[in-house]
Amino acid sequence: MKINVGRVNFFYGKQQALYDISIRIRPQAVTALIGPSGCGKSTFLRSLNRMNDLIPGARLEGKIELDGEDIYSDEMDVIHLRRRVGMIFQRSNPFPMSVYDNVAYGVRVNKLASKRLEVDEIVEKTLRAAALWEEVKDRLHRSAMSLSGGQQQRLCIARALAVEPEVLLMDEPASALDPISTAKIEELIYNLKQRYTIVVVTHNMQQAARISDETGFFLNGRLVEFNETKRIFTAPVVRETEDYITGRFG
Amino acid sequence: MPEREHTSKHYEQQLRELKNKLLLMSHQAEQMIADSIRSLVERRPSLAEEVINRDDEIDKLEIEVDDLCYAILALEQPVASDLRFIATAMKIVKDVERIGDIAVNIGERAMELIQEPELKRLVDLPIMADAAQKILKESLDAFVNSDAELAEKVILKDDFLDNLYEQIFRELLTYMLEDPRSISRAIKLIFIAKALERVGDHSANIAEMVVFLVRGQDIRHGTRLDRGR
Repeated sequence: MKINVGRVNFFYGKQQALYDISIRIRPQAVTALIGPSGCGKSTFLRSLNRMNDLIPGARLEGKIELDGEDIYSDEMDVIHLRRRVGMIFQRSNPFPMSVYDNVAYGVRVNKLASKRLEVDEIVEKTLRAAALWEEVKDRLHRSAMSLSGGQQQRLCIARALAVEPEVLLMDEPASALDPISTAKIEELIYNLKQRYTIVVVTHNMQQAARISDETGFFLNGRLVEFNETKRIFTAPVVRETEDYITGRFG
Repeated sequence: MPEREHTSKHYEQQLRELKNKLLLMSHQAEQMIADSIRSLVERRPSLAEEVINRDDEIDKLEIEVDDLCYAILALEQPVASDLRFIATAMKIVKDVERIGDIAVNIGERAMELIQEPELKRLVDLPIMADAAQKILKESLDAFVNSDAELAEKVILKDDFLDNLYEQIFRELLTYMLEDPRSISRAIKLIFIAKALERVGDHSANIAEMVVFLVRGQDIRHGTRLDRGR
C-alpha cells in the first residue's frame, strides 16, 4: 500500500470533520472519493499532504503513513512531503508567467536541474506526460493565461508532475471544464496511474466510475464504504452507498 | 427496486412504468398458457384461436419495455440496484415473450388435436400446466417483491416439471407402440408437454435473474446454486 490511513479523526477547532477514517490506498491506481458536499472528502484529501496544517485550529488524530512513514511525525519535512504528494485543484491556478516557466519553476526551486538544456528537457517531458506538449510547443513563452481552461488545468498537472511526485491528489480536477476537456483530463488520469498513485475527489459519480479502480464513499465525516469501483457501481454493500449513488437521498 | 424513492420523481416514475409493463406482460403470458391448455382439455377451438391472437399484445409490450430500458440507460445512467433492475428487465422480457410464443404453439397443436378423436383422457397434462403456471407466477412474484428466497425455490421446482415431462413422454410412447394410428396425436401431446417444460425453464431463468437483481450475484449455469439438490 502506498498510503495507509489508520483511525483518523480531524477537527476544525471544536468542530469534528472526520470520524475514525481508515483506508489503504493502492499504488499505481486511481482512488476516487465521493459523497455529498460537506461530507469530509476534501478535508480528507487535504490531510494526505498536510494542506490542512495551514488552517488555524485544525487538528488531526490518528495516523497517515506514506510508504510506511508517518507524515504527521515531527521529523517529517512538510515541504518535501508536498513535493512527493502533489495537488491539483478545481480551479486551474497557473502562475502569471509563461507556459514554460510554470513548469520550470518547481524544477528550479527544488534544484532538480539548473542547466538550460536540462530544464528544457524536463519541461518537454512533463508537458508530454500531461498530454499538452503538442498544443503548446509553439507558444511556450507566451503567458499561461492565454491557454484555454482545459489546457490550463493540464498545465497545472504538468507543473505538479515536474517535481517528480509519487502521489497526485486531485480535488474536482474537471468540474469547471467542458466535456471534451474533461475527457482529456480523464484520459490523462488513466495514463498517469501507471506511474503515480492518484486520489481524486469528485462530485461527478460517472467520472468516478470511469476513471477509478477503487472508490470511497463519505457521508457526514465518515467513510461509509470503500470498495472496488466496479463493485460500488454494480452492487454496493452498504445501503447508504446504494441510496447515494442511485440518487435516493434527502 | 429498493423501496426508497429517488429524488428525481421523473426517474422514479420511469422505473415504475417499466415494472408495470413487465407485470402486465407476464400476467398476459400466464393467462395465455392457462387458456391454451384449457382450450385443449375443454376442446374449444375458439379459445385456442383467441390465445393465438393475443400474442400480438405481448410482442408490442416487449418492444415498449425494450424502448424504455434503452431510454433509461441513455438518459439516466442507472447504477447499482437500478442498473441491475434494467439489466434484469431486458433479460426477463425475452423469457416472458417466449412464454407467449409457447402458448401460441400449444394453441396451434390444440386446434389440430381438437379436430381428431381424443387419444386419452388428459390427466397429467393439466397437472403439468398448473405446475408451469405456478412456477411462472412465483418467479414473477419473486421479481415484483425482490424476493431472492422465493426465486431460489422456483429454480429448484423446475425439476418437478422436468420429471413430469419424462413421465408423460414415457406414457405416450407406450400408446404409440401399441397403436401406430395414435402416433400423430401422441406426438402433438408430447410437443405440448415439452412446451410446458420449456415454460419451467424460462421461469427458472427469470428466477435466476431475480437472485442477481436482489443480491448482485450471478447464479446462472450452476455457478452458485446446486440445482441437482
